[in-house]
Amino acid sequence: MRDYIIRRLLLLIPIMLLVSFMTHATFRIIPGSAAHLICGIGCTDEVVDDLEAEFGLDENFFQQYGEWLGVWPDDDEGNKFSGVLQGDFGESFLNRGESVTDRLVRTLPVTAELMILSLIFAVVLGIPPGVLSAIRPGTLADLVVRMTSVAWLSVPNFYLAILVIAFGSNWFGWLPPNFGTGNAVKIWEDPLQNLETFFFPSLVLSLGIAAVIMRLTRSSMLEVMRNDYVRTAWSKGLKERTVVWRHALKNAMIPVLTIIGLQVGALIGGSVLIESVFALNGMGKYLLASVIGRDLLVVQSLVLIFALVFVLINLIVDISYAWLDPRIRYG
Amino acid sequence: MAKEAALELDAPLTPPSAAPRWLKMLRLARAHPLGVFGLLCILLVMFCALFADVIVPYDPEALLTGPVKEGPSLSHPFGTDRLGSDVFSRTIFGARIAMLIGLVSVSLGMVLGSAVGIASGYFGGFVDSVLQRLVDALLAFPAIVMLLAIIAVIGNDDSSVRVFLNDNTPIPEGKWWGIPNFLDIIVISMAIGIAIAVGAARVVRGAVLSLKENVYIEAARAMGASDLRIMARHVLPNVAALIVVLGTIFLPIAILAEAAISFLGVGVPAGTPSWGSDMGNLSNRDDAIGRGIWWVVFFPGLALSLVVLGFNLLGDSFRDISDPRLRGGGGSGGASRTGF
Repeated sequence: MRDYIIRRLLLLIPIMLLVSFMTHATFRIIPGSAAHLICGIGCTDEVVDDLEAEFGLDENFFQQYGEWLGVWPDDDEGNKFSGVLQGDFGESFLNRGESVTDRLVRTLPVTAELMILSLIFAVVLGIPPGVLSAIRPGTLADLVVRMTSVAWLSVPNFYLAILVIAFGSNWFGWLPPNFGTGNAVKIWEDPLQNLETFFFPSLVLSLGIAAVIMRLTRSSMLEVMRNDYVRTAWSKGLKERTVVWRHALKNAMIPVLTIIGLQVGALIGGSVLIESVFALNGMGKYLLASVIGRDLLVVQSLVLIFALVFVLINLIVDISYAWLDPRIRYG
Repeated sequence: MAKEAALELDAPLTPPSAAPRWLKMLRLARAHPLGVFGLLCILLVMFCALFADVIVPYDPEALLTGPVKEGPSLSHPFGTDRLGSDVFSRTIFGARIAMLIGLVSVSLGMVLGSAVGIASGYFGGFVDSVLQRLVDALLAFPAIVMLLAIIAVIGNDDSSVRVFLNDNTPIPEGKWWGIPNFLDIIVISMAIGIAIAVGAARVVRGAVLSLKENVYIEAARAMGASDLRIMARHVLPNVAALIVVLGTIFLPIAILAEAAISFLGVGVPAGTPSWGSDMGNLSNRDDAIGRGIWWVVFFPGLALSLVVLGFNLLGDSFRDISDPRLRGGGGSGGASRTGF
């Protein structure tokens, strides 16, 4: 088990390198750098060249990537090695001289809280109804669960988000706290207001994922409930609650766990949209602004972090299989 | 199950297989009312897309068709926005734009994706490794991030096409089929098509991998057929059905993707009557949030939800028919995986 985890963690390194290098390559190849955008219309070639020199865009392709990574001495900073490996993500082009690391430290907690709350909502809203509809197939409860899941799947989260704010503000006079500034109160300063800020964004973001979990729980439970060992449990005269929650559910959770891991990608994508609607200063909103502004180092860093989160969560999912099903061993 | 048994008891002399085709279809439809409802939703939107210019009471881009910011009324069923445009006309025209972008991007994605997938699966070895690592890296990005990056590369208007063609002559701002900014919309479809191709390539490759072990491929090669001929005449027809199915799965995803990027303001040009941009443009958002003018965002989003609902219900019914055990449960609901 320990060897398996170490092997998987080592495998992270090439994936991270590939993902960040591809981002770097894409943004260096495309016409029109951040320098053109900052300079604006009617700007001269000299100004663009100066700006590109300032950003290091005139340097060799590999040199710039190496400097950002921290394996190539940075000539702007006295030939020191300062890059991602040393914990320095460089400086933003768009907001001249702003440290990307500082901005990441400010935006990361917002997105992390949004994603964690959404995952909790998705599991709480997804698994119990899914189990209920699987053990009572064909009943009214089953029908309601299935209708709900199709509805949640079909309403785009950004549409739901804007409806929540529009109807909330007009009918109930409710606006998310600090809606104008987008600076959410930290959870350790004022937990109640923090939760008021994050409740609806996370709920809206979670519904689509909850629907996926609900459907998969249902079909997986239906499958498991037909197994011999479940019949044995019934014939021993066990209570329904024991059969369902102790014998069937654990095995039914394996595919559900897989899909939860994969849905983290959807969470990241959704956070771009939801943060933009609810005006939360998180990583998703930061990413959107940076992609539009061709802010190379920022996009590179954000993509690296998102990919890291995605791969790590899927690693945790893989490890927890062994806990759910002791037959699964990693050699 | 019980319904089928009853049917056989009522008419024991005419087994279902002997029933005329329309009757079989009718039975299928009765057994899957939700699927029929989904189909009707899709047909309704397609009808709106085809006959948008006949249905709409006003030009969707016309300003001051009535009083500004007026709620739903008889002359303006969905109300008017702050410029006095008719929201009903814009929503109906949005169907045309959504369907156009959906169909163009899915066609492009399927052609591109199956070309890459077939080549990758058929040749194997080095080509396969390189292509699949590329696909791996692209799939590591969340769909919308990948889409944003593609748009950053090729742009969301026709300027990049013009640079490519080395042509700076202004293109006359004519409408094609009533659609403004037609060329820009094609560029958006290309961006979505590329993103779709990445996912499609992976699936098609998987199918080709098992397909190429068939004896008839070996027979064709023994008869001296070239690789290109084998791929075109023997591999492609056998994955054609899969490609069509993939296309129908990706269509609602493409429509959602267009709405999402237009909502973020990097999709169709401002003023185009697209559902996403009507929901997302800042003046409509301000009006809806601060001033109680909810209809400018409510109806375009409702139309979008209706299309996605239609495809989801229809897809569920198809799954039920092919595997009745998983009634209403199977699958994971394609569209939401992408995070829209």
